[in-house]
Amino acid sequence: MSDAAIEAEALVKQFKKGPRAVDGIDLVVAAGEIYGFLGPNGAGKSTTVHMLTTLLPPTAGRARVAGHDVVKEGAAVRASIGAALQEAALDPYLTGREHMRLQTALHGLPKEERRRRGDALLERVGLSEAADRKVGGYSGGMKRRLDLGLALVHEPRILFLDEPTTGLDPQSRTSLWAEVERLARRDGVTVFLTTQYLEEADALAGRVGIIDNGRIVAEGTPSALKAEIGQPSVEAVPADPADRRRVEGVLERFAGDGDCPHSTEDSVAVRLAAGDAGLADVVRALDSEGIRVAHLQLHEPTLDDVFLDKTGRTLEGAGEEDGGGDVARPEAQPEAAPA
Amino acid sequence: MSGGAALRTQVGQLALRSVLRTARQPAQIVPALVFPLFLLAVNTGGLDAATSIPGFPSDSYLAFALAVPFIQGGLFAVMNGGTDLARDIETGFLDRLALTPLSGIGLVVGQLAGVLAMGGLSAIFYTVVGLAAGAGLQAGPGGFLVLLALALTITLAFGALGVFAALRLGTGEAVQGLFPVLFVFLFLSSMSLPRNLIETDWFRTIATYNPVSYLIEGVRSLFITGWDAEALALAFGVAVAMSALFLAAASVSLRGRLVRT
Repeated sequence: MSDAAIEAEALVKQFKKGPRAVDGIDLVVAAGEIYGFLGPNGAGKSTTVHMLTTLLPPTAGRARVAGHDVVKEGAAVRASIGAALQEAALDPYLTGREHMRLQTALHGLPKEERRRRGDALLERVGLSEAADRKVGGYSGGMKRRLDLGLALVHEPRILFLDEPTTGLDPQSRTSLWAEVERLARRDGVTVFLTTQYLEEADALAGRVGIIDNGRIVAEGTPSALKAEIGQPSVEAVPADPADRRRVEGVLERFAGDGDCPHSTEDSVAVRLAAGDAGLADVVRALDSEGIRVAHLQLHEPTLDDVFLDKTGRTLEGAGEEDGGGDVARPEAQPEAAPA
Repeated sequence: MSGGAALRTQVGQLALRSVLRTARQPAQIVPALVFPLFLLAVNTGGLDAATSIPGFPSDSYLAFALAVPFIQGGLFAVMNGGTDLARDIETGFLDRLALTPLSGIGLVVGQLAGVLAMGGLSAIFYTVVGLAAGAGLQAGPGGFLVLLALALTITLAFGALGVFAALRLGTGEAVQGLFPVLFVFLFLSSMSLPRNLIETDWFRTIATYNPVSYLIEGVRSLFITGWDAEALALAFGVAVAMSALFLAAASVSLRGRLVRT
């Protein structure tokens, strides 16, 4: 294995009364990189994070974090990482400052350093004014920011963020994204970020791994993954719904080899063989056929298209199909004998 | 920081958190203080005539029954200590702690600090109310210190049971489900009558094997007898044995719950 910040080889987690939550994933995350781990609920994201953060022993495979084996050198791994796991795990009866005091003390910071570091982090995550209020009265965004601050008290080189913006309003989400970007770009912290939001992975991650049913189905930079999908698609909504079949017939002429138009109740879409340049021809063809169109839109490929291409499902639909959460509790699902 | 200093810091900080958390939950404090005294009032009003039974060890049923709130306070310790830890498990706070260099001992001992603080406060409150209502403390002022020490040991035993239950069961609801079961132990003890005056054989036998009887009798001896070395030794012995047993069980369960590598 190399000097990468995070490496995993054929990592597996099998639960006795559950599915193979993680099914042989390979990962390499370089130091200073923001790696987005994208997948629907139940895909295996959080189980992977729990193994990489030493909270769950793998059934098979190997992983090294900050150069340390996650099974044999758990304490060294924990000393190098910070983690904000799914759902901000905070005590509603303590204040933000009291959380900082507890966390800095448990990480062994010298007494005189604890208050200074705690205050600096509270300021960094914008909670100085709310520092002496009980966390039970914080908003979701404030809790997430405090969670992030707590993960940073021992200045970790690697940060694991497990769905850090789930349930947050757009403003809180943007603010958290900015802080995560600052950590990576300015402080050189490696960030391993799980998310089920396409735009989050797209906006933040230098590289993305897409996980489905415990396996990584695609990996690369967001732009490279989208380029793999190829051309953009055009979606047309006929002014008269009765014209839908005629629109299909027109769009079929512009589809690439093996592609055919996808119809919904209102619209027809097809991937354009000629790319963006084909849009003008589509307009002319619809016009020459005398079809009036209420709405015409060009869609660039998204990570959802990548997911659809690799799994045959949309990311949102996959989450609904899989149902349930992504977190595997060790006591709830005891480990099976190693495979 | 050396290992010993680190452990002291961990225990101290978790103890502070435990005390703050308890102090900020009136729903934990008020029932633990009020309900046992309410039951004491009801029992004293209804069973006062028992003092005229030949061989009854006190002419004040209030003084005789004043030991029972101390055990009921212990039952609340199971609930409060266990529920708080179960909540930490459910919310993922335990995972947060597991990612720090926290030792298992630090977690368990720190967790019990709030329970012990509550146990000490309850013991003082029950004693003050009991004395104000007319009960005597035959063992005198020195006996009060022993009473406090015994109350804290009993609280430790029941608190450790709560921690064990939380680590084993993992949910606050499951921990709270223990409460009625433990109440059965209380009612099948010598809480209402001395064992030698219980005429029903099976009840007397159960009360004799029920460790709760010895806890009650130890506390009771300080109120109605004075210095009864045998009763105190048995009470401390049972409380220490229960503490050791449940702390060991909690420690084993903690290994299953904190599966960090």
